[in-house]
Amino acid sequence: MSTVSSKQEIFSKVQEALIDALGVDEEEVTPTATLQGDLGAESIDFLDIVFRLEKAFGIKIERGELFPEDILTNTEYVADGKVNSAGIAALKERMPFADLSRFETNPNVQNLGKQLTVQDMCNFVEHKLAA
Amino acid sequence: MRWFWLDRFSEFVSGSHATAVKCVSLSEDHLEEHWPSYPVMPNTLVAEGMAQCGGLLVSEIYKFGELVVLAKFSKCTFEGGEARPGDVLQYRATIDQVKDFGASVTVKGTVEGRPFSEAEIFFARYSADSSQQTKGRTLFNPVDLLKWLRVVGVFTVGVRPDGTRLREEDYNFA
Repeated sequence: MSTVSSKQEIFSKVQEALIDALGVDEEEVTPTATLQGDLGAESIDFLDIVFRLEKAFGIKIERGELFPEDILTNTEYVADGKVNSAGIAALKERMPFADLSRFETNPNVQNLGKQLTVQDMCNFVEHKLAA
Repeated sequence: MRWFWLDRFSEFVSGSHATAVKCVSLSEDHLEEHWPSYPVMPNTLVAEGMAQCGGLLVSEIYKFGELVVLAKFSKCTFEGGEARPGDVLQYRATIDQVKDFGASVTVKGTVEGRPFSEAEIFFARYSADSSQQTKGRTLFNPVDLLKWLRVVGVFTVGVRPDGTRLREEDYNFA
């Protein structure tokens, strides 16, 4: 992209994408809102969100880039439903845009999606635009 | 009950767009059963027709050979009142985006040129799924699917973007 989007512009477009994909109100889409917990996103919605972010920002998002499900289903990285230290390292490498500190305290596979926030989405887009 | 919610395609351009019509007729059972004495076609069935129009267009991208399912209506609005016996609904589906895990389409419904309905529909492609349960599965019996595609005219009006005809023998319905 030739134009550099400001953080506010990124937030506005991410907000619009989430309003359209999840049928939520503008006031609900705050930076700290979690996608699954607060905004009610289901797994299929993540695919819809990917479509919308690609369109809004003119970027290409590969499968597993926003949400690395391959790591979460890899037995090298997951044991008894929890992500091990090698898995955490892999997640950090793949998700430099996300704050995983809370997830690390209880790395239950199911918690990762639950903890993704609107701000994480904005960071993801910023990371993609800078790449 | 037969579950065909479009009668015929009038246009079908591979990977791009398609137009189909649905004639609403008083002889259809659902008109009697929805609101007795006031026959209208329920909007949910209009939504199904829009999904069938867009779904076949998306399924063709994957050569009609993969499990492509309606994952979600991101948007579905009706602004044209009611579809009554004698109305001819026209659905126009346009593919917005295609990715390895699925495709999104916009479908607009009109009655005699008047806006009636609009939907954004997302279809998921299950062969891109890592689950062994769904991998390699198809939604329809290939023989039934071929019959359906013939009846609604996919191979009568269907073309590729370069204008060449879609031919049954280019797909595997075995």
